[in-house]
Amino acid sequence: MKCDLCGKKDATIHLTEVVNDKVTKLHICEDCAKQKSMEMQSHFGLTDLLSGLMDFGSSIPGGEQGTDTGVKCPVCGMSYLDFQKSGKLGCGKCYETFEKDLGGLLVKIHGSDRHVGKIPFKGGDDLEGQKELQRMRNELNEMVRAEEFEKAALLRDKIRDLEKKLDGQEQ
Amino acid sequence: MQMNELLSNKSEWLKGNGPDSNIAISTRVRVARNLEGHLFFNRANAEQREKTLLKLQDALARNRFLKGAMSLRMKDVSELDRLFLVERHLMSREHMQDVPHKGLVVGDKEIVSVMLNEEDHIRLQVLQSGFNVMEAWRIVEDIDAELSKKVKFDYSSKFGYLTSCPTNTGTGMRASVMLHLSALVMSGQVDKVFDGISRLGFTMRGFYGEGTEFLGDFFQISNQVALGHSEMEVLDNLERVINKIVAREKEIRQDFLNERKSELMDRISRAYGTLKSARIITSSETIKLLSAVRLGVDLGFVEDMDIPGVNEILLLTQPAHLQKSYNMELGPHDRDVKRADLIREKLNT
Repeated sequence: MKCDLCGKKDATIHLTEVVNDKVTKLHICEDCAKQKSMEMQSHFGLTDLLSGLMDFGSSIPGGEQGTDTGVKCPVCGMSYLDFQKSGKLGCGKCYETFEKDLGGLLVKIHGSDRHVGKIPFKGGDDLEGQKELQRMRNELNEMVRAEEFEKAALLRDKIRDLEKKLDGQEQ
Repeated sequence: MQMNELLSNKSEWLKGNGPDSNIAISTRVRVARNLEGHLFFNRANAEQREKTLLKLQDALARNRFLKGAMSLRMKDVSELDRLFLVERHLMSREHMQDVPHKGLVVGDKEIVSVMLNEEDHIRLQVLQSGFNVMEAWRIVEDIDAELSKKVKFDYSSKFGYLTSCPTNTGTGMRASVMLHLSALVMSGQVDKVFDGISRLGFTMRGFYGEGTEFLGDFFQISNQVALGHSEMEVLDNLERVINKIVAREKEIRQDFLNERKSELMDRISRAYGTLKSARIITSSETIKLLSAVRLGVDLGFVEDMDIPGVNEILLLTQPAHLQKSYNMELGPHDRDVKRADLIREKLNT
């Protein structure tokens, strides 16, 4: 079998990727594999290859080629174009910075953009606390609007306590 | 534990004592994690990478589930030893390169390994013999929970665990089972397995030999999806899928025994004979022949070998293991000679 890419040398690397019913097969020679990506040279694992093989500049769904809005991640300085080229994000903040584009991409990859798995012990505690805090603040607004000032004062104290507690955890 | 003690250790995956180990070689579950406030490895500079490495080495040294673990800095590990660690499934090939700020922690029984500063800051992996998904996950969870008390992971309530590559975003988890599917291959039904697993977002890869072809009817089946399903859902689905495949493989093995026994025995005996007498043998030929012998052991045609024995030869005949066993550097041709020597020695005693 000849290489799918150069059509000259014998294909010695056979890749099959199946995601959500879609089968992609690629038969390539070692030289083309090496050219295709550094990652391929060092690691022929298919899952890792996914990012290397998908030319992030053109074929990856969710990000159109050349989409460069000039927006850069305030933490690591990465642009969406940088990400399209490398297939790798630069830091956790990138997810927030490019949330819209990434959301579409994640749906294409996973069929969803919502995490429903576990929450880390430490971060999870904070997260639950933050959710509770948000709920209490909303409730406080309701009480003030309804002129239930006595109840509101009690709730305000509770909110302050929780805020202090959460601040303590962060440090 | 020291690096040079590993060679005489029995690696977890070759024990051959886990559930369904006649068909399932090993189970692996890994999670990817990154530290909040630290740039991902590909974006971080040398100083930042070093800081991440030291912080994680410290956190892991205090992890109560990793007492007695070996902690390595990849820059201090020779190239041969790096390949040796890859062959033992303790780290990825990617981890062999760009080593100055990479680390590896290996638990004392080689069940747990943690790559530091690979694509993600943390790649925690647990390996179990046979088909043992839930036990592997239980160990991952223990270590992960303990670690998350000491460091803060990059996590968002919407996207879950934030990873460098979006294919891992969410649970950051990949679970895989290595299967030996000789009968499914012989009956031409492996494509059906592809179809079956694709419906649930799973994927199939080959066992690596020296090349990367699908060799010796060994296949690794793993989840592809990390978002939108909880870890337990994914693991549960994987178990169902593997159960189905293992049951089908057993059925066909039985059918072959009933209908094509002579043909099967001939093939297995020839493979065994070649292994016992060859003077020069490549790594890929070894894997193919051992695959047949492994099937022979299961069907009772090969009585003087057992599954752990076959697994052990599979491990020891890989390039770095060979060179460490003979304590010398060997070029490809010399390796083929020494490989044949080692196999004859193991099979004829």
